[in-house]
Amino acid sequence: MSAKERLEVVGQVRRRVDGRGKTTGQTRFADDLALPRMVHCKLLRSPHPHAVIEEIHTEKAKQHPGVHLVLTGKDFPIPFGIMPVSQDEYALANVRVRYVGDPVAAVIAKDEQTALEAIELIEVKYRPLPTISDPVEALETAEPRIHDYGERGNIHRNQAHEFGDVEEALAKSDHVFEDTFFFQGNTHLPMEQQASLAAVEGDGKLLLSTSTQNPHYLHRQLACVLQMPASQIRVIACNNGGGFGGKCDPANHEMVVSKAALLLGRPVKICLTREEVFYQHRGRHPVLMKFRTGVTKEGKLTGMHLQTLLDGGGYGSHGAASTFYTGVLTPVTYELPRFKFEACRVFTNKPPCGPKRGHGTPQPRFGQEVQLDKIAEKLGMDPAELRLGMVTKDNSLTANWLRIGSNGLAECIREVVRRSNFKEKHRKLPHGRGVGLACSAYMCGAGVSIYWNKMPHSGVQLLLDRSGQVTVLCGATEIGQGSDDVLAAIVAEVLGIATSEVRVLTGDTGLTPVDLGSYSSRVTVMMGNAALQAATRVRDQITVAAAEQLNTLPERVVLSQGRVFAAEDPGKTLSFVEAVALAESKFGTLGAVGSYAPPKAPGKYKGAGAGPSPAYSFSACVVEAEVDPKTGWITVPKIWIAHDVGRAINPVHVRGQVIGSVYMGLGEALMEEQAFRRLPPKLSSALVHKIPSMLEYKSLTSLDMPEVDVALVEYPDPNCPFGAKEAGQGPLLPVMPAVANAVYDAVGVRIDEVPITPEKILKALELKSQGKPARVGPENFPAVPYPAPRFVLPPWEGGDGGELKSADGTPARKAKVAA
Amino acid sequence: MQPKLHMTLKVNGEEVEASFAPYKTLLEVLREDLDLTGTKHGCELGECGACAVLIDGEPQLACLVLALECEGRSVQTVEGLANGTQLHPLQAAFADRGGSQCGYCTPGMLMTAKGLLDKEPQPSRERIREAIAGNICRCTGYNQIVEAIEAAASELAGSKR
Repeated sequence: MSAKERLEVVGQVRRRVDGRGKTTGQTRFADDLALPRMVHCKLLRSPHPHAVIEEIHTEKAKQHPGVHLVLTGKDFPIPFGIMPVSQDEYALANVRVRYVGDPVAAVIAKDEQTALEAIELIEVKYRPLPTISDPVEALETAEPRIHDYGERGNIHRNQAHEFGDVEEALAKSDHVFEDTFFFQGNTHLPMEQQASLAAVEGDGKLLLSTSTQNPHYLHRQLACVLQMPASQIRVIACNNGGGFGGKCDPANHEMVVSKAALLLGRPVKICLTREEVFYQHRGRHPVLMKFRTGVTKEGKLTGMHLQTLLDGGGYGSHGAASTFYTGVLTPVTYELPRFKFEACRVFTNKPPCGPKRGHGTPQPRFGQEVQLDKIAEKLGMDPAELRLGMVTKDNSLTANWLRIGSNGLAECIREVVRRSNFKEKHRKLPHGRGVGLACSAYMCGAGVSIYWNKMPHSGVQLLLDRSGQVTVLCGATEIGQGSDDVLAAIVAEVLGIATSEVRVLTGDTGLTPVDLGSYSSRVTVMMGNAALQAATRVRDQITVAAAEQLNTLPERVVLSQGRVFAAEDPGKTLSFVEAVALAESKFGTLGAVGSYAPPKAPGKYKGAGAGPSPAYSFSACVVEAEVDPKTGWITVPKIWIAHDVGRAINPVHVRGQVIGSVYMGLGEALMEEQAFRRLPPKLSSALVHKIPSMLEYKSLTSLDMPEVDVALVEYPDPNCPFGAKEAGQGPLLPVMPAVANAVYDAVGVRIDEVPITPEKILKALELKSQGKPARVGPENFPAVPYPAPRFVLPPWEGGDGGELKSADGTPARKAKVAA
Repeated sequence: MQPKLHMTLKVNGEEVEASFAPYKTLLEVLREDLDLTGTKHGCELGECGACAVLIDGEPQLACLVLALECEGRSVQTVEGLANGTQLHPLQAAFADRGGSQCGYCTPGMLMTAKGLLDKEPQPSRERIREAIAGNICRCTGYNQIVEAIEAAASELAGSKR
């Protein structure tokens, strides 16, 4: 390590490195790109939610003046999908359409207008099939199957795990609470509509510039669909105009323009309309949940049985992972001795659901934290004290074998409680006003890659030369979260220079080392650790070369504020440029690489790959709400949130990530929903999106958004660069349950589903006035045919992280007694 | 196919000539015919505010204005906001204070804020929130945008004294 003791860049409030480009209009998003001879693409989308394509006639469209190419499903025989287990999408549907909006054909023409005209000339004969609109229908309807793979019928994924004997734990509990919750689906609504520009470059290779969060996965999928070597394809992830998970999946339009560019030998561009963005979706899964939770009278958890049912929409997408995430992080916040988790994802004829900020975890967190509020009330305990009495510990294992590192949850709770005066307000404010508390934890990067491999999750390359310029290359993708700034900051900190001295080049599979992408809150930790390694390697070359000149030992050389000097004699210095030149003279051309792969997780059972992370972030949130009992209208005057970020690399932007998460969570709590309706029978009975427009899909405006008080709690994690954990997803999760708990404190009604609308509050108040249970939420949980659980003993019951099996290989419930 | 119009527009203080189909919106002409891609689009239906520009000093949605309506009027876009290489105080404040994350709503937000500060140099926090209520931002939760506009207003007031 260097002799420098204080951090000079990390932890300082700085202008982000991309701030200038973004405020001058110079940042180029995908739709800002244009090339000579560029032609334009439009997609024809299915008007049916479920149908067989019997015939498709494109002759008229092909003859339309200005049309260059028409593509259909037969041009794309190879399926794709983000998860290796769900290769179920075709760039253009070949036989079957599975939701209204499923792409069927593409026209490439001299301009968008001409392409739109030609789209109208394509004739498709569909044979409609019965439509499955929700999970209950999906469970009841085995035929027709939306896909011919999956568990059976229309069940895509079905799984069960039990960590210790939960029924035994519940039987011994002082109380068992049983609650059902529903979390409605919602969508990312990024401000930028997805756009892509494909071209064959002068070297004969394909270049796709696109709005993607995951250029690496897209690169692999393109090679597969186009049947080309990946080395002949270059994907540039343009700056994303907001992602939130919506640009993680490889998308149909990306495949289509790539193929068209290869066939035509000229650039092909597409930009989705706002309506199409709603169909592309991959957003929050609607999830029905049932919690059976045992507690002692002192307020300790004894065991939990969680069941979830996910509405997956028409394709697999990230669903295999999403299904796990509706439960695997549940034990991270509070000590939970035993845990049983059953989850099922079904196909329905709606736009596919996938990862949205928090990926699968906000839904069970909502249920868990609202149920805890009910438990606190029943036990006569303060909700904050109940939680403080059972928060997980530093350096501990959970029942499902996740390893928690640094843990600032207790301090987060104390901080929001203090700042919001929670104890003076809770159960004490006048009728119509209330406060609610909720907490959460989130991963800092998925411990396992989407496809199995032993290679690094992130790579960084650093180039320096005698001019003193420092260029850092990494496949990470800037989606607004500030990853370019984090990258520059870590390099600058190690080399003792300013971030303005660093040139950042990211998200280009042709030039930058692989980084898996901007998902699972992995970038700061994984890219950051790779950058730290690369920068440290270069610094070591510089200190060796400078030490000779400064007559000191390399470990006594300090790099600080653009100067290089000996710790014992700061008066005698070299400039950074001089020191780099000395190093180049001594070692030759300068550069270094760094890479990072997460630590191996302790769980060994099948399914243990979902949930492990190098570190976990923690959040606690207090929402204050005013509810008008006459109208049900909810106003949120203020929100307090404390987030354990480990260490803030750039505090102003960490605060921005936290407030942005709160904003998106509040929108989900109060209004955002991806809702569908059936057309009347004479109009085909099709299941259509109710509101595929920005005007109708309600989101919070500046007038609706309250002031957010942010406390950054910093418990540096040893697995993280400078201790920095994630900030972009975790703080969203406690907001929805905190709103529900505040509504209860205000008017005494339980809304056990999201969004919490005035209509539901009025309904609950009406029930209350009739003396009925003052609750709106799902009445029951359907009978889901979950499989027998894989049984794993928790760490404190003598387990080794593996599954217990009987001699015949079936799940067992008791450990074999040693002979 | 309708014949193209040929027109002179005044954009960011400069006279520029353009030929375009008469149905084209100001947004399309700025982005496609004048290569001023700083102005963004999020819906092209007047729902999101990403395309806000100043027309004769008034914030307007460029997706709802035909370019041919702009003959003889002054159009200001984000590209005209800086003074040479020196950022406008609004730009600097957005970059420094978290007013811009993904940056996609930023040009529209900046132009709307400029329209406000040109008329009301010291607006209250409420006035700022009201002025940008038609500009959707999905990243920031607006708090830091409002703070950036307040900071820029102070900066502008300071430089005038």
